[in-house]
Amino acid sequence: MMARLFNALGGTFLAFFQYLGEVVLLAADTFRSIFTHKLRWKLFLDQIVEIGLLSQLVVVITGGFTGAVFSAQTFFQFNKIGMGSATGAVVSVAICRELGPVLTALMVAGRVGAAMSAEIGTMKVTEQIDALRALAVYPTDYLVVPRALAMMVSMPLLVAECIAVGIAAGYFIAIFMLEINGTYYMANMVRWTRNRDIIMGLSKAFCFGILIVFISCQKGLSAREGAVGVGRATTEAVVNSSLAVLICNFFLTMLLNIIYPAGYQ
Amino acid sequence: MIETSPEISATPSQDRCVDSMLTVRDLMKTIDDQEILRGVDLDVAHGETLAIIGRSGGGKSVLLKHLVGLMQPDAGDIWIEGQNITGLSERQLSAIRQKIGILFQGAALFDSMTVAENIAFPLREAGERDPKVLREKVREMLDVVELEGQEEKMPESLSGGMKKRVGLARSIIRRPKCVLYDEPTSGLDPVVADSINRLIRRLQKRLGMTSIVVTHDMKSAFDVANHIAYLHEGRIYFYGTPIQFQQTSDPILEDFLLGRSAEEREDTVES
Repeated sequence: MMARLFNALGGTFLAFFQYLGEVVLLAADTFRSIFTHKLRWKLFLDQIVEIGLLSQLVVVITGGFTGAVFSAQTFFQFNKIGMGSATGAVVSVAICRELGPVLTALMVAGRVGAAMSAEIGTMKVTEQIDALRALAVYPTDYLVVPRALAMMVSMPLLVAECIAVGIAAGYFIAIFMLEINGTYYMANMVRWTRNRDIIMGLSKAFCFGILIVFISCQKGLSAREGAVGVGRATTEAVVNSSLAVLICNFFLTMLLNIIYPAGYQ
Repeated sequence: MIETSPEISATPSQDRCVDSMLTVRDLMKTIDDQEILRGVDLDVAHGETLAIIGRSGGGKSVLLKHLVGLMQPDAGDIWIEGQNITGLSERQLSAIRQKIGILFQGAALFDSMTVAENIAFPLREAGERDPKVLREKVREMLDVVELEGQEEKMPESLSGGMKKRVGLARSIIRRPKCVLYDEPTSGLDPVVADSINRLIRRLQKRLGMTSIVVTHDMKSAFDVANHIAYLHEGRIYFYGTPIQFQQTSDPILEDFLLGRSAEEREDTVES
């Protein structure tokens, strides 16, 4: 009984580390390829459109409504103790450091990560990846490198957009619906929001982009057993990317807070 | 192994490996605890057409994928024009793969590209950018596979036979020395299957390509092959000419040749 339990636990533990190893090896292979092989510009630009351009509506809606609701909730609480005009500072810092990068990453994981995993997974089960290899084209160069580079470029821009829209939405709600004094709101926001808050948000965006692209591509490349396998790979890509974003966000926050401490200093 | 040609030697000789287009020695592969290949030996000479036949699920496609390095063996060696490809990395294999084209069972066309883009893909990847040259080469290949005027179609709108022809055009556009065919006639009606067989023969004659055809379609094997290798229980059980195969009295080969199950054979013996 105990032996079976330990066997099951050990098996799960080993499978997890094997999976982690596969993701890291894919990332290492991709970075090696980025620095040693020629980039396929057309594929890279296609991915910029797919990841960056076509994700904008989702990101704008996410940022806008999050900024609006966060502004309202903060005001409801702060107004009780006479600190309503501090709402702008709280909304701005929170969106720059946490909400912007995390929510954008979750939306991108759902939209782009799923698409990457499904597309590569379908290519895998229909032998298209074998066809690439047989035609002397290395799949990492052709499929992963353009997606990884496009993600590294697009994610910080999407997060910047999310932050800007979130702050703007929070401002409009605070000024026009909650009737906070606009001058105080802006003064507090500008006073408490530093460049380092924005740098922290964009650094996180870059890291989350890397997590999403390698987790999703690895899931696609290891898809098996036809349509069911592709479905499973897609679901796992979204779930694993989202969990990785949330878990890494904590550690990144702790690490980056040492480099870019929060607060007015 | 029975009826084997003296060309197959038990041990690899370096001369033999260099002379042959392709040499396989003692190839073994186990997948999910199932022994698929148990020591395959094979020699394929330049310019010949070899049909690898055997029952479904017998490891023919697995063997074919080993020949182009898409799968790595557990043991054994594969030489392509004297170069051992076992254990090479994916990037090292790229140079070898330029000598070999492969037609997959389902054609494996890139479904996001048109017919012309699929066929031109190997050339584009090799650095050819001139649209005029690409267009001309694609037209030439479509002419070879008798699919003129289908350039702009998407793979999803093609029939099974047309997909295989496009797949074949894509695999030969860089004029490889050897083409591997994985079940080229499976799922096709007899007329289309015959046209594919003719195409394989024509490629061998016109372009002098070495061909290895994996099939369980006996008509196709007899139509195209100079030699036949019968894969049975993970080993080459028979190697010889189509005539030697047809004249065999071995019960296993006879069953395959006549499409007879073991049950039917017992009934025949009893009656």
